[in-house]
Amino acid sequence: MTYLKKSPWLLHYDASSCNGCDIEVLACLTPLYDVERFGIINTGNPKHADVFVVTGGVNEQNREVIRNIYEQMPEPKVVVAVGICAASGGVFRECSNISGGIDQLIPVDVYVPGCAARPESIIDGIVKSLEILEEKRIQMKERAKQKEQGRSPGGGER
Amino acid sequence: MISLTNAILFLLLAPIIGGLVSGIDRKLTARMQGRVGPPILQPFYDVGKLLEKENLVVTTSQNFYILSYIVFIVVSGALFFAGGDLLLVIFAFTLAHIFLVLGAYASNSPYSFVGAERELIQIIAYEPMIILSAVGMFMVTKSFFVNEIAASELPLILYLPGVFIGFLMVFTIKLRKSPFDLSTSHHAHQELVKGVTTEFTGPNLAKIEIAHWYENVFLLGFVYLFFAFNPAIAIVAIIVAYLLEILIDNTFSRVKWQLTLKSAWIVAGMMGLVNLGVLYYLAGVLI
Repeated sequence: MTYLKKSPWLLHYDASSCNGCDIEVLACLTPLYDVERFGIINTGNPKHADVFVVTGGVNEQNREVIRNIYEQMPEPKVVVAVGICAASGGVFRECSNISGGIDQLIPVDVYVPGCAARPESIIDGIVKSLEILEEKRIQMKERAKQKEQGRSPGGGER
Repeated sequence: MISLTNAILFLLLAPIIGGLVSGIDRKLTARMQGRVGPPILQPFYDVGKLLEKENLVVTTSQNFYILSYIVFIVVSGALFFAGGDLLLVIFAFTLAHIFLVLGAYASNSPYSFVGAERELIQIIAYEPMIILSAVGMFMVTKSFFVNEIAASELPLILYLPGVFIGFLMVFTIKLRKSPFDLSTSHHAHQELVKGVTTEFTGPNLAKIEIAHWYENVFLLGFVYLFFAFNPAIAIVAIIVAYLLEILIDNTFSRVKWQLTLKSAWIVAGMMGLVNLGVLYYLAGVLI
């Protein structure tokens, strides 16, 4: 089944972004781009989310928040870093309080370039991330199967 | 006569009808907002996806409460469509929601807590009116049994117009529509994170969604009872009532819980009780 690809729910978090990318993310939800056509919903609750959309780089204050949100999301999950700051730190890279892109902290699956990223490229990035989401689901299922075999009598000896 | 076939038909068909109604609802809502909107089958994709996800729980008792929630919603709906006692249906229905509230309380999360409290306030707000509806139907048809009410030749809507208006208010609260979507809402609103459903993930959230479909079909069945003397009019009335709810949803902003409670009770008092009072004094003349 590929229901995951038909109903990805987003969680959008503004790390230390200048708000440029955030406004472009929100533009995707407006009638002009209307991502709900693809079943995409902006949930605002990590426990309901499949795709973690982060804008801006990691700084000392949001380090814990990003990690916390990521860990609260149920598997399978993907991370999309939107904008150049989320990818590498961008112009703030050399700042003393910036550690760099989101991948310094949590695994990132898709990088969406741009300053600010265009709504079209954000939608493109999210659609790309759905392929990875599907792969992760299959991996998760296989892991669960292996665990099940390990538990069953005789399974441990093999 | 209690009809087992009807109960089984409800068990099988209600999720399909409920899901489709919810899909049409989302499509119409999108059109009202100038958007294209998701496919009609989107609610089924959502539930399919949720069932594929990992089930993260804070405490395992959450699983039990949500299972009880869906079981009691299904039981109350099945009892209703089988033609059982309306009072029993209403109390099984209330009990189901108490399980949802307990599930939310079990997680010890502040957002879940506020959502659970608001859900309780909603139950307090709509419960008097829903009981008045049953009492009104009893006063006209002299029976609390759904099959006897449905078989009645009397046009209930003409005897109970006030009760019906009061019931539409309950309908708005129960469908989790604006202005009364206090505890949780279907849209991507982010106030209070997600209220009563905040701490439920994957399969548990899917169960809540399926229970909501069952619940909606049960409530549409309740609307039917007011027009049961003529099934064709009843179907039209159900469609009009649901379209009205979608319109209300898209034209009102959320109100505070105080106003929800007050307005629900004022409508229950003004429309429901006055209607029953008039019916009581005119009982000899009318029926």
